[in-house]
Amino acid sequence: MLNENNLCTYYNFDKNPGIKAKGKFVAERFAYLDDATTINKLVQYCSSTQTNVTFSLPQMHCSSCVFLLENLHRIEPGITKSQVNFQRREVFIIFDPVAINLRKVVELLAFIGYEPALSLKDGSKKKKVTYNKKQIYQIGVAGFCFSNIMMLSFPEYFSSGHIEQAGLKEVFTWLNLFLSLPVLFFSASSIVISAWKGLRKRFLNIDAPITLAIIVTFSRSYYEIISGHGAGYLDSGTGIVFFMLIGRWFQNKTYDSFSFDRDYTSYFPLGVSIIQNGTEKNIPVTQLQKNDCIIIRNGEMIPADAILLKGEASVDYSFVSGESTPLQKNMGELIYAGGKQCGSAIELQIINEVSQSYITQLWNNDIFKHKKNQEQSFIHPWSRYFTLVLFSVAIVTAIYWSIADTSRLLPAVTAVLIVACPCSLLLSATFTYGNMLRIFGKNKLYLKNAGVIESMAKADTVIFDKTGTITQSNTSQVLYKGTPLSNRELAAIKAVTRQSAHPLSKIITATLGNVNNDQLLTVNGFKEFAGKGIEATVNDIPLKIGSSSFVNEPYEPEGYGTGSHIHVQLNKIHMGTFTISNQYRPGIKEAVSLLQHKGYELHLLSGDNDTEKNTLTRLFGKNTDVQFNQSPQNKLDTIQQLQQQHKNVLMFGDGLNDAGALMQSDTGIAVSDNTTQFSPACDAIIDGANIRLAPQLLAYAKAGKKIVAASFILSILYNVAGLSFAVQGTLAPIVAAILMPASSISIVLLVTLLSSFTAKRIGLK
Amino acid sequence: MSALFVLISISIVVASSFLAAFLWSVNKGQYDDDYTPSVRMLFDDEIKPVTTTIPKEVPKKI
Repeated sequence: MLNENNLCTYYNFDKNPGIKAKGKFVAERFAYLDDATTINKLVQYCSSTQTNVTFSLPQMHCSSCVFLLENLHRIEPGITKSQVNFQRREVFIIFDPVAINLRKVVELLAFIGYEPALSLKDGSKKKKVTYNKKQIYQIGVAGFCFSNIMMLSFPEYFSSGHIEQAGLKEVFTWLNLFLSLPVLFFSASSIVISAWKGLRKRFLNIDAPITLAIIVTFSRSYYEIISGHGAGYLDSGTGIVFFMLIGRWFQNKTYDSFSFDRDYTSYFPLGVSIIQNGTEKNIPVTQLQKNDCIIIRNGEMIPADAILLKGEASVDYSFVSGESTPLQKNMGELIYAGGKQCGSAIELQIINEVSQSYITQLWNNDIFKHKKNQEQSFIHPWSRYFTLVLFSVAIVTAIYWSIADTSRLLPAVTAVLIVACPCSLLLSATFTYGNMLRIFGKNKLYLKNAGVIESMAKADTVIFDKTGTITQSNTSQVLYKGTPLSNRELAAIKAVTRQSAHPLSKIITATLGNVNNDQLLTVNGFKEFAGKGIEATVNDIPLKIGSSSFVNEPYEPEGYGTGSHIHVQLNKIHMGTFTISNQYRPGIKEAVSLLQHKGYELHLLSGDNDTEKNTLTRLFGKNTDVQFNQSPQNKLDTIQQLQQQHKNVLMFGDGLNDAGALMQSDTGIAVSDNTTQFSPACDAIIDGANIRLAPQLLAYAKAGKKIVAASFILSILYNVAGLSFAVQGTLAPIVAAILMPASSISIVLLVTLLSSFTAKRIGLK
Repeated sequence: MSALFVLISISIVVASSFLAAFLWSVNKGQYDDDYTPSVRMLFDDEIKPVTTTIPKEVPKKI
């Protein structure tokens, strides 16, 4: 198809472009996109001649993708324009609704291998972007005014207020006043508003002292300028605002392509095909009712708990449990929501509405109703002490000067408030955490916000999930036990399993990939029994491969843990078994022992049965609490119990079944093998391969706290120096002007270097 | 000394024009995506020679 449209150069851009569309492409899959209410939810703008829509395409991964997606108009003339935002993994498409409809656009995308991740949640993200823009405007304006005021204040610094030229001084100070207005009313507005909101809730947040400093600085400066007394401290005042905004922007840089607050609505499909009076119809998933009859095709997700009516169900629950091997279901069996059908279309009867289904029940738990109360940052108590000390210094100064010299009372008190700005205190935390977020990101741990660093540092109990978290979900270990098989016999097995599409057969075929046989093998009478095994004759020798009941062999090998046992029966003789088990991620053992060495309390909560107990005991040691057969609710309860014992719980988990537990724990880290793909609601997302770095990452979070503390001491020294001038009532503008930027810049430099250096020392990238 | 007043007003004007340029570019979305354009600019030229040689499709008569 690419060839037809002169897009052959696609393959020139990158050595290995394109992931092929997974599975068979079924045209009916996107039928729900014909529904008008669904369309309205997805499109941003719609008129008779053009429709604008943004899709998120998690598969996008290289420059060739950008090329292909931006040239969609060559493939489909109905598309007017397509523009890619690679970092957000989004494509913005304008198309002509007369020539092509939304469904066709989505089908085209799916056909070329970029199936859009459609969910009802899309479309509500637009606000965030405009907010960020406002912040950038504020920084721009503040930076402009600050640097100009600084420049115009220079004569003042070096002549200590005596400028020879008549009129020049006045012009400078009035220009400063004029330049400071946009800073006060535009740039500082977000800080002032936040402080005001805090005060109304009777909470003295960190913005309160800053706002006070800003108001005092500006009003005293305006008073001085208007009355002609002096030049004021507008340079310091605008500087405070500028540095504060920069610090905030630095900290708020987040990972655009990740979404940390998913609930089930972002996982579930938008629409579903139902059968009503013998005809197929598409309805939005939210309108699905009990006893409705639905059709689920290959690759589609089952939106609600249902009973299988027709067809062969092979359900992949990897979203839910992290277990990628599909489960076979028979007619009349209950199928839980959240699984994906692999294979031919099936018909189901709904027994629970979407919101009542087993997996969605998790979200109805109370913990999802209110957001995890963002624990106050540990700088907040500090800032409260700081504010208290500051006010007492100001009061003592006021009392002293009211006795000694009343004329110096006001200058001294305002100077105290101006110079002792907590700005360097705050900058130290924002810049340290901002830089740490960046370093964590380099090590493929993506945090939701800087607050997570503090909760990570506090953690004393670490909980692991098993499947998908400490085991690899995409690779498996195959072990054979029994009578040794000859090369020829192995080749015979391979010849048979190759014909089966069952995932276990595929794994065996892949394991036997390098087995070669020079003799010709003829496979006859191939039969596959769903959920049991396969049967065939190779060169007239009967071969049966499958479960123990299928080959009439009660024997189960021991000591190989969980996983599936596949028995081989050759010429009616039982030869042995293949055991396919999950492989543990490399480096887990080291990470676990390092964590134990550092005094963390470890727990393992597994949804699986306890057959792998021995392996896990070896891995985790005898003293670790290892629990099996844990339902999502059990996991949640265990964490609650630990928290009642005043433990600070950090959990590594994956899949929807851990979503509740991740939410309940103080720090929930979702493990994902593909960070652009779905992950449950969490505080952070970690790349599966890097879970071995857990001890280092936790150590780094702890070190961060120390760095912040160290820089606090430095900024307090600056404040003491400044205050000692201020209480005497002799704060010259030059002292304020030098002290303020010097303290800010030196602290920013110090924390950035320290945090980068510490990361290296701990052994992070 | 009036030269100083002129120079300062010029400097303010120049600086404001830079600020205006900055605000304009943010508003136009030039900082929204700092990766894709770098890829996009490599594309156009390589396709042009091919597209010019496409023969126009003649609609078939039934």
